[in-house]
Amino acid sequence: MKKLLVLLLILGIAFVGGVYFGKQGEQTSRITNSQNGSSFVGGYNAESDQTLGAATADSPQEVERQANVLQVKEGEKIQDAVRLAEPGDTIQVFPGQYSETVYVDKDDIRLIGVIQEGARATLDGKGELNDAILYSGNNFVVENFKIIGYKGNAIMGQAGNNFEIRNNVIADTGVYGIFPQLGKNGIVEHNVVSGIEDAAIYIGMSDNIHVAHNYVFDSVAGIEIENSRHAIVEDNYVHNNTGGILAFITPGLPIKTTYDVIIRNNFIDSNNHPNFGAPGSTVSGIPAGTGILVMAADDVIIENNIISDNKTAGILITDHANAAEITFDKDSDPNPDRVAILNNTMLNNGYDTVKEVKALMLTELKSVSPDIVAVGAGEGSCIINRHRYKTVGIKKYADCDFTNTDDVITYALAEPVPPRVIDPSERGKIAYLGVCAGCHSYTGRLIGPSVVEIKEIYKDNPVGIAAYIANPIKKRDNFPEMPPQAYLGGDTLLAVGEYMLSRED
Amino acid sequence: MLIVLFREIVYRTFVVALCGLVIIVTVKAESVAAESATFELSSDCPRGFELVAGNKCELRTLYQFYSSTQNRGVGGTHTALPPHRDGFSPQQIDLGRLLFFDPILSGNQKVSCASCHQPKRGFSDGRAFSVGANGSLSNRSAPTLWNTAFLSSFFWDARANSLEEQLVGPLFSPNEMANLPQQLIESLEKNKDYPALFAAAFPKQQLSLNSVYTALAAFQTSLISLNSRYDEYAHGNHDALNEQEIAGFNVFRSFVARCAECHTPPLFTNNQVAVIGTPEPSGRGLDIGAEKIFGSEKLKGAFKVPSLRNIAETAPYMHSGGFDNLRDVAEFYTKGRGHAVPEGVKMQIHWHIWEPNLQGHELDSLAAFMRTLSDSKFTPEVPHVLPSGLPLVHDEALQEN
Repeated sequence: MKKLLVLLLILGIAFVGGVYFGKQGEQTSRITNSQNGSSFVGGYNAESDQTLGAATADSPQEVERQANVLQVKEGEKIQDAVRLAEPGDTIQVFPGQYSETVYVDKDDIRLIGVIQEGARATLDGKGELNDAILYSGNNFVVENFKIIGYKGNAIMGQAGNNFEIRNNVIADTGVYGIFPQLGKNGIVEHNVVSGIEDAAIYIGMSDNIHVAHNYVFDSVAGIEIENSRHAIVEDNYVHNNTGGILAFITPGLPIKTTYDVIIRNNFIDSNNHPNFGAPGSTVSGIPAGTGILVMAADDVIIENNIISDNKTAGILITDHANAAEITFDKDSDPNPDRVAILNNTMLNNGYDTVKEVKALMLTELKSVSPDIVAVGAGEGSCIINRHRYKTVGIKKYADCDFTNTDDVITYALAEPVPPRVIDPSERGKIAYLGVCAGCHSYTGRLIGPSVVEIKEIYKDNPVGIAAYIANPIKKRDNFPEMPPQAYLGGDTLLAVGEYMLSRED
Repeated sequence: MLIVLFREIVYRTFVVALCGLVIIVTVKAESVAAESATFELSSDCPRGFELVAGNKCELRTLYQFYSSTQNRGVGGTHTALPPHRDGFSPQQIDLGRLLFFDPILSGNQKVSCASCHQPKRGFSDGRAFSVGANGSLSNRSAPTLWNTAFLSSFFWDARANSLEEQLVGPLFSPNEMANLPQQLIESLEKNKDYPALFAAAFPKQQLSLNSVYTALAAFQTSLISLNSRYDEYAHGNHDALNEQEIAGFNVFRSFVARCAECHTPPLFTNNQVAVIGTPEPSGRGLDIGAEKIFGSEKLKGAFKVPSLRNIAETAPYMHSGGFDNLRDVAEFYTKGRGHAVPEGVKMQIHWHIWEPNLQGHELDSLAAFMRTLSDSKFTPEVPHVLPSGLPLVHDEALQEN
């Protein structure tokens, strides 16, 4: 009796749903020519982006200097060249074996592998080293390396805007292949990445990203866009991963949103690799055979991909409620909203799908091999030419009011994100109050002499103050020696000198 | 219709028995001026602050040279800090300083805020659980007060959203300062100096609990520690750290150890809660942490990610003081996901807790790196005499250890 009731209930829901959505039945049979419709306008407008202040001529980062090229040959350390390099310099690394962690905490460094007759500079972690290349500087470029055998990542960025990661061959480098995190305006292109136990290419908490022309295979996740905005993933070949291309919101991270992601013109083929993700990792729950996975991300546009032979589903869209290894975060919106599925070429997907999807199909009285599966909450999503695909869970999807993304070429910025512009006088004040005030007060002694005393010595001589701060010498027997502050940079040091001389209290 | 796409994994392990902590402290007695003094509030901002129009103190730090993604203040070396509280008047900050050290705020006038947040102990107290006015133990370890200006939630379980909201806890908890609102206000009103000091700091307000909270918040947000050797490195002096410390920084931010994923520069916290499954001291039951606050079992055992700034000064570590040194803390993370979760308890351990298999020298270098995050140059002056006439008590707290 109870079972019967349940069955009736399901049928009842299906019936009611059918009536309701029957009104949209005309939409389901509408044939839409994507060339005729309007384009998605994109969710990014540089003119209203307040993070892009215009750089001015007196911005200290703009100081002209002769850029150098430093060369590294086999047997030498790349890090030694990084240590010597100054902003603007290029480091060329010649073919050979290198085994080190290269870290770049400077701006404007180009790290370029030299390829000679196919031979590359090879960074080999030998299964012992953590990461191959770490960077935190802005305007970082890394090209042409071969990177193998690391435990963590091949290339990892923490902050650092305007990055370019290009033409690297990466295999078996642990958790991620390429992982720029917390950056704005970056390009990841023409890389070949394989054998990664999480994402081959992982864009984390970033903005204005272009991921194109990469070949990613034999990894748990191919390309993952997580807690990021204004990203385009296009023209990639994504083959034999557990999941192909992912757009996620992961709760519990400090940046909470993913929206405005365009996934287009990719080959997403046979992503049926058994899942070998680490226990507890988000990707460890991805069912093998998932072409595209959208979890809680908003404004994801999926267009003109060839999605073939992914056994669970071509496109899987879910909220957080239907994902168990996801933590709770009151500030994280759990539902995927405004997902748009435009024209895609879908072949032979969902032919060996998971039992949860089969159960979902039962509620719609379907037993098909699904191209598209949507589960859970979310609103405002749409599709065109829905009749082409085998689907489940998209009844509430409307017809899209745009049919292509032709008007959105890239979200990468025409000009690099400029450094924050600080007026030189402000720089002096900030550095004095933020650093120097630890040891100096206006009157009286803290650790070093008072500003009053310093003003007497350096009357009208800010250059003298700047020079002393950069390279202090011990002057007073009963005072500790001042540590050098040259790292503040010449402009800021001079501004500190001027600020100190200008102080009246 | 519930579809479970992701595997659930329950780790069943025994609690690791903890060693008792013995901390030996050298005691430095400070002479307390016996004579009464007249009190005048400073009209200068604390170090690190600029006095701007409207008699407000605004923070100045080199990190203001940088920006951050989505203005969240998480990133790498050249990244701005998270949004912060400032703009209090010099007088409010200075009044807060007097209140902070004054046992008049406690029910029996025997402990001050500084009893559990001692300047010489990184504004913590060196204990797993703090001792309250009545001798009872607090439920969790006293956190540092350095850089609270940048925090968006307070208490280990993130239950308060502002310092003012937070202050209500310790002031009136029977395990902590054990005061009553009425008594607190009366003792301040009856005091010979405080009414005038409050009038000076809050010209337009009556002496009230709110003005007490504001003054204490003003003082706490003036405790800024951003000039460590790490900071010098971050701003560009790559000689500020030695080889082992840089190696430790690279382990710290590597995706093997993943420390920087939650203890994110420049504040070394991402201001989130996380379930990491640290062991409770023996005899203490499981602390479910933020589960109680947010009503989600997924947050069983979740606690706020603490900032690591001045971490070397604030042992023992974790919400219940389970580790007494930084190397043991680092080692916890390489002993296996959920290894200390009690048998039968289901915890959804944070995804960054895994098995990084860190080597011994990497643990050493991690501890060395964490020690580079110390800076107490902007420590405020401890008042020699208090408006209440009561003796300073926080150094006695040191003695009891």
